[in-house]
Amino acid sequence: MSVPSDRLKKDHTRHIKERVIEAVLLLAACVSVFTTTAIVYILVKESWVFFQHVPLTDFLFDTQWTPLFDDAHYGIMVLLSGTITSSAVALLVAIPLGTVIAIYLSEFAPFSVREIAKPFLELLGGIPTIIYGYFALLFLTPLLQKIFPSLPGFNLLSAGIVMGIMIIPYVASLSEDAMRAVPMALREGSYAMGATRLQTSLRVVVPSAVSGIAAAYILGVSRAVGETMILAVAAGMQPNLTFNPTEPGATVTSFIVQVALGDLPHGSIGYQTIFAAGLTLMLLTLAFNLVGYYMRKKYREVY
Amino acid sequence: MNQQELQSLRALIASHKRWDFLFGVLGVLALMLGVMTFVALFADMTINGIGRINIDFLTSFPSRRAANAGILSAWVGSVLVMLVTACAAVPLGVAAGVYLEEYAPKNWFTDIIEINVTNLAGVPSIIYGLLALGLFVYTFGLGQSILTAGLTLALLILPVVIVATREAIRAIPQIIREGAYACGATTWQVVSDHIVPYSSAGILTGVIIGMARAIGETAPIITVGALTFIAFLPPAPFTGDPSAGLFDWLFAPFTVMPIQMFNWTSRPERAFLDNAAAAGFILVLMTLTMNGLAIWLRYRLRKNIKW
Amino acid sequence: MIAHAEHDVAEVVPPLKAEARNLSFHYGSFQALKNINMPVYERKVTSLIGPSGCGKSTYLRCFNRMHDLYPGNRYDGTIEFHPDRTDLLSKAVDPIEVRMRISMVFQKPNPFPKSIYENVAYGLRVRGESARSVIDDKVEAALKGAALWGEVKDRLKELGANLSGGQQQRLCIARALATDPELLLFDEPTSALDPIATANIEELISELKERVTILIVTHNMQQAARISDYTAYMYLGEMIEFGVTDQIFIKPRRKETEDYITGRFG
Repeated sequence: MSVPSDRLKKDHTRHIKERVIEAVLLLAACVSVFTTTAIVYILVKESWVFFQHVPLTDFLFDTQWTPLFDDAHYGIMVLLSGTITSSAVALLVAIPLGTVIAIYLSEFAPFSVREIAKPFLELLGGIPTIIYGYFALLFLTPLLQKIFPSLPGFNLLSAGIVMGIMIIPYVASLSEDAMRAVPMALREGSYAMGATRLQTSLRVVVPSAVSGIAAAYILGVSRAVGETMILAVAAGMQPNLTFNPTEPGATVTSFIVQVALGDLPHGSIGYQTIFAAGLTLMLLTLAFNLVGYYMRKKYREVY
Repeated sequence: MNQQELQSLRALIASHKRWDFLFGVLGVLALMLGVMTFVALFADMTINGIGRINIDFLTSFPSRRAANAGILSAWVGSVLVMLVTACAAVPLGVAAGVYLEEYAPKNWFTDIIEINVTNLAGVPSIIYGLLALGLFVYTFGLGQSILTAGLTLALLILPVVIVATREAIRAIPQIIREGAYACGATTWQVVSDHIVPYSSAGILTGVIIGMARAIGETAPIITVGALTFIAFLPPAPFTGDPSAGLFDWLFAPFTVMPIQMFNWTSRPERAFLDNAAAAGFILVLMTLTMNGLAIWLRYRLRKNIKW
Repeated sequence: MIAHAEHDVAEVVPPLKAEARNLSFHYGSFQALKNINMPVYERKVTSLIGPSGCGKSTYLRCFNRMHDLYPGNRYDGTIEFHPDRTDLLSKAVDPIEVRMRISMVFQKPNPFPKSIYENVAYGLRVRGESARSVIDDKVEAALKGAALWGEVKDRLKELGANLSGGQQQRLCIARALATDPELLLFDEPTSALDPIATANIEELISELKERVTILIVTHNMQQAARISDYTAYMYLGEMIEFGVTDQIFIKPRRKETEDYITGRFG
């Protein structure tokens, strides 16, 4: 009797090799989870020390932010006011313009214009923010000062406007994606009723894409809140509890840069303030990102 | 419909179409605002900076005298940091993308990874700086070095690389996989012989876009503690006395292009602002070239793809 | 070439609503319609039948200039619209004007993501109508005309998408009726519906022809035989035969028509 061939037997070395490779790839995929965990761990750990020195009520309700002075105050409200003011200016620029561009590109523009405009917007979105900061400080502020001579050299207004222009590509491209996902059948239904392009866009396409557009806005807000260099360069870094965009001000992000530029010893309370500020920022953007994520998911499910 | 009704209908349509036209004009204007900003930004930096751009500017260290200052340490620093970033982000990102597309079972754990990647893409870059400060600089003791900066930026662009990899892989039709499996290939053979080669152009596009973003990042590098005034280069391997090791440059202090520009921008003297413009001009050229290359690659890819 | 339908001597030839003459249509370089001539009689139902890809939907979409939405399309010839004898395909005629006079119901129900009420009111709003009482009346009349009023009168604020498939299609018919169109186009309106909903829509179409001229594309020959007064058979972008429905189904003049109708082909 012949010995049965072992060609169909399971090859153990091959099997083990496959499992090892899979494990290595899984490990790589887990790096992103490690990153998030590490971010949370570092921020919470350092903030924990901070909050043992500074009561949470002071942090939330004090109206002064002077962590580096002898008479130290830690009112995050001061930094948040700068963040809110500059973000509001940015969104006043980015949302209307971004939406108009999105509607124009999705519903009005001929194919050739769209083919050129989309990559161009992408290029605009890829310019380093330090360049936008330079532009705000040395081009836009002098320009605005010609109109409003009393405008200080550092101000939240021009930083906010430039930040808005920086966010336009982001808002426009995400909104346009949402509008493009609206099925052609709805547009045809509207056009068949004798609607014009604008009527179809505003009455059918935009309402149908509303959750995707809202997601674009929210992710735009998150970008504005997290933006650092434009504000560090053009808005001055003086903490200032104000909602007036024509004043200089510090934001949560620009404060971190300011401290990092100095030479604070590791473990000092000043060093820990930036982690407390970072934790605040992280919680803010996390909230916005999660809302944006679920809204985008929602519109994807509709069609 | 009689003539009179027809006339009023036409008048109505004409008034509606005026709004259409006005909106079209508004759309073009909004787009033009973007174009004008770009032109103004680029022209402003060119006019102020062009006088400073010459060989000396590229081969000099920063100096207290604006006219003698250059960006040698900055661009060398940027190149070295990018090298570390690419070496870390590309293998990690591609491996993660391949795992998620080709291996991952559909369960809660992979869901967490997915949500996590999406979420990381939205984390402000300065938070990565804080992470690096707490983790790489103080916990791992890597210091304020090229290695720290490179790894920080690698984590920052990891989501970009992962998403690009997944999209490129998803574009490969199932029949290709089935064809390979039908020949008796293992999963890894399918991945290494087919999936990765066929999706390489798409992955490359994502990697370039990620690198273009990394090269312009300022905030996390400042947080890590890059110095703004560096008048020396990292030690080249096997040079100097005592002779530097192969990897000593990884642990050297450094500066990068955007930080050099930031430093000059915050000086009051006009001459330094011109230096900032010149450095900005070169930085914009670098990112535009990289992004342009990525867009062109994607365009080529879309045209040539035939399954 | 196909002339007007032969009518029995006893029958009066109805007035014309529209007439296609030498109509050709190109998608880019592909010719989808070849030299079509066909009358559409007023307040009658005309069916377009033929195998898929024969150009019947393309032909239907010429009537409200839907092809203008996409680049690279070209019409030749004319569709004359009565009584004013406007050429629907003329470059001088605004497609929006055409679509305001001619409504369309699509293959798949496509209610807008709005309330039932707003779906029906859409055409009125597009025309700039804002008087609440006028819109209320017209919405009610249109929903009654589409045999949907009884089912939805207490839930007008609900989303149109919450209705069943057949109700959604009747909602789309109500939307099309609300603006008193002169011609109503149906593009395979029952192909996405179950048999009961289909029967409802067919009954509705038979009622509607008292008020409005109807042109309907159908992939279902029995449907054409049941509901239409006239039938046109198309094949490969050509109009093979046009005539009174009974004549087409009982004694077709062309061999191709007979083959298709008897099921030997298609």
